[in-house]
Amino acid sequence: MLYREAGQFKSTYAADSAILPIRQDRIGLALILLVAFVVIPLTATPYLFSAILIPCLILALAALGLNLLTGYAGQLSLGTAAFMAVGAFMSYNFILRIPGIPLLLAFAGGGVMAAAVGIVFGLPSLRIRGFYLAVATLAAQFFILWCLTKVGWFTNYNPSGVITAQPMVILGYAFDTPPEKYLLVLSIVTLMALAAKNMVRGNIGRQWMAIRDMDVAAEVIGIRPMRAKLLAFAVSSFYCGVAGALFAYAYLGTVEPEAYNLDLSFRILFMIIIGGVGTVLGAFLGSAFIVVLPIALSTGVAFLDSTLHLNVPSSVGSNLELMVFGGLIIFFLIVEPHGLARIWQITKEKLRLWPFPY
Amino acid sequence: MMWFLRALVGMLLVGTASIAAAQNEQYIPLLSYRIGPYAAGGSGYFGGAIDYFTLVNLNGGINGVKITWEECETEYNASRGVECYERLKTRHGGASTVEPLSTGIAYGLFERVAQDKIPMTTNGYGLAISAEGSVFPWVFPLGTTYWDQAAAMIAYLGQKVGGEANLQGKKIVFMYHDSAYGKEPIPVFDALAARDGFELTKIPLTPPATTQESQWLQVRQLKPDYVILWGFGVMNPVAIKTAAKLGFPRDRILGVWWAGSEEDVIPAGDAAKGYVTAAFSATGTNFPVMQEIVKKVYGSGKGNLEDKSRVGSIYHTRGVTYAIMIVEAIRQAQNHFGKGKVMTPEQVRWGLEHIDLSDARLKELGASGLFPPVKTSCADHEGSGMVKFQEWDGKTFKTLTPFMAGDRALVHKMVEQGAAKYAAEKKLTPRDCGKEG
Repeated sequence: MLYREAGQFKSTYAADSAILPIRQDRIGLALILLVAFVVIPLTATPYLFSAILIPCLILALAALGLNLLTGYAGQLSLGTAAFMAVGAFMSYNFILRIPGIPLLLAFAGGGVMAAAVGIVFGLPSLRIRGFYLAVATLAAQFFILWCLTKVGWFTNYNPSGVITAQPMVILGYAFDTPPEKYLLVLSIVTLMALAAKNMVRGNIGRQWMAIRDMDVAAEVIGIRPMRAKLLAFAVSSFYCGVAGALFAYAYLGTVEPEAYNLDLSFRILFMIIIGGVGTVLGAFLGSAFIVVLPIALSTGVAFLDSTLHLNVPSSVGSNLELMVFGGLIIFFLIVEPHGLARIWQITKEKLRLWPFPY
Repeated sequence: MMWFLRALVGMLLVGTASIAAAQNEQYIPLLSYRIGPYAAGGSGYFGGAIDYFTLVNLNGGINGVKITWEECETEYNASRGVECYERLKTRHGGASTVEPLSTGIAYGLFERVAQDKIPMTTNGYGLAISAEGSVFPWVFPLGTTYWDQAAAMIAYLGQKVGGEANLQGKKIVFMYHDSAYGKEPIPVFDALAARDGFELTKIPLTPPATTQESQWLQVRQLKPDYVILWGFGVMNPVAIKTAAKLGFPRDRILGVWWAGSEEDVIPAGDAAKGYVTAAFSATGTNFPVMQEIVKKVYGSGKGNLEDKSRVGSIYHTRGVTYAIMIVEAIRQAQNHFGKGKVMTPEQVRWGLEHIDLSDARLKELGASGLFPPVKTSCADHEGSGMVKFQEWDGKTFKTLTPFMAGDRALVHKMVEQGAAKYAAEKKLTPRDCGKEG
């Protein structure tokens, strides 16, 4: 009843190809952005900003990058965290070695370097695909972390091999409190998500999807696989690189290469599988699921324990959390193998007919 | 539906009541890890800390102030650890101090603790340069850092060959976990190699390093006099077993303290006999304070470890060591700011900078010999720098040396230089420790 497009006529091509053709969606997105940009900064606690919202957004950006590569272009990658590391360490070096470089340019530079590395490690994708490609990108994961540990230049010869993010200053304004960091991250993520949405709707995205669905057929209709695949690696790594830089600058502060380990790559892969492969929304839903659910479970167990005086031993509580988390992942994958984004899509279709389904 | 609402309201009331009751207690958040690959270490360490806190509370608290704590599972994961810190830091009236027992989490908290003004301890790990309190006012690598440990290891090897001068021309292999952790001591080893004239070969072990044949074959070719093993986790027993297989004598392997717990040697079986490691605390239950924990805490069923045989194991005594230092810091702060009061994090930091655990004081606490005397100051957040060496005899760790230090002057100079570089890079103005007490 509320969610019905009857009476909304499109009279121009522009209206027909809008990102959100339905008025309710536009209002909904405007509300979400209003809440994210205005209501949350005014109301949320520092805990919410620095422990949940910021990591959630940053990992959603990385998941979005992986989703462009894996979900749209069909190239499986296990090197996400390594590309993030390239972005972080190169942004650090740009700021360190080029005095006066604007922060955002340094982040973009980190992203471009990650894109360059991504292209190199994307070359095998021209010959191999599927699981074999995943193993080839695994090499990126190990090689890049090894390289960052081994070559002192990347960490400015820090004896511990870590980098400490410089203060974030844009046009003389320092972003150092949690709400400021949140707003900076949110702005970058919003712009890049908008860019991603437009990319996948346009020529490039269609090329990627054609390659994903059948690369021989795509080649026959005139898509150059090499260009499309390497572009996918470049764009995806750029997104991951920027996310990695934000991970160091807006979230952790001091990082060692080990913070970008294989475990993080897997977590981001799980995000797009649970969120929805080949959707922009899925990256956000998946990131929220993977980041928030364990925290909610552990807070829930702690709360029940302290209020009901159950005296659950800490080890049991921790294990319980892991078991419930694993169980929920399996549950969601059985109920909806296409991810949370698909559940949302089905809900929308049902809402259109509600309350009179036929 | 009403019963549900009533239950909910009841739960909320109980929740607020318990928080209100905690107002006059000294609260310490514990970022523990009891699941995942490092659970053995985390459960032992935080179990030991909780056991000592329980003992202090059973004995009436610190001048009547009870210690309260809350645990949060980090799984040794940096993101989870940061979340736990953010969640726990404001509870029960605010955290006094925090100890993550994880390098990755500690890095994530470095700037947060400075901003929140909560002192963080990194006992036996973390950045060596953070011992310089004028640049790192909120970080305390209490006891010994990796750099002092490295210097002590060379001093110990020097003792074995009859004086450090005799290390001239000796071959030492440094086999290390290829990460920030393993690379940390390299500057000190390099400086000492230049000074003493021994030949240092570095062989990295890429984690998890579950096969090490090629590295140990390289060792066999080099025929070194000693191998320093700077590993972590499963690579330690694998290294010992591989050395045994390829015939390298274990008594010429010297392990870092994270390669020196029961969990590191028992899986290697008989191959580990004679293997020597460094340690920043002793093991066993022969100390009066450990006896008290066994009797009072475990006797009344309040012990934290489910497996009582682990009481007095090395991770457990490390946890007790940490807790003794923290409690002593709070006690010092109370002596200065008012006995029987709850200390603020700033006051606890003052206490951490005025720890004076002399031999006599350790004896009073029943911890004589459990860990070396510690005396901190505004500039020196480490306070000791002493390490002891122990040998695994197949059943227990046997003490080989008393607590001993290496070339502390050299390490101190390197710490100062490193901290100054860090301050310059971060554009920090160091505190003037001459002015503060």
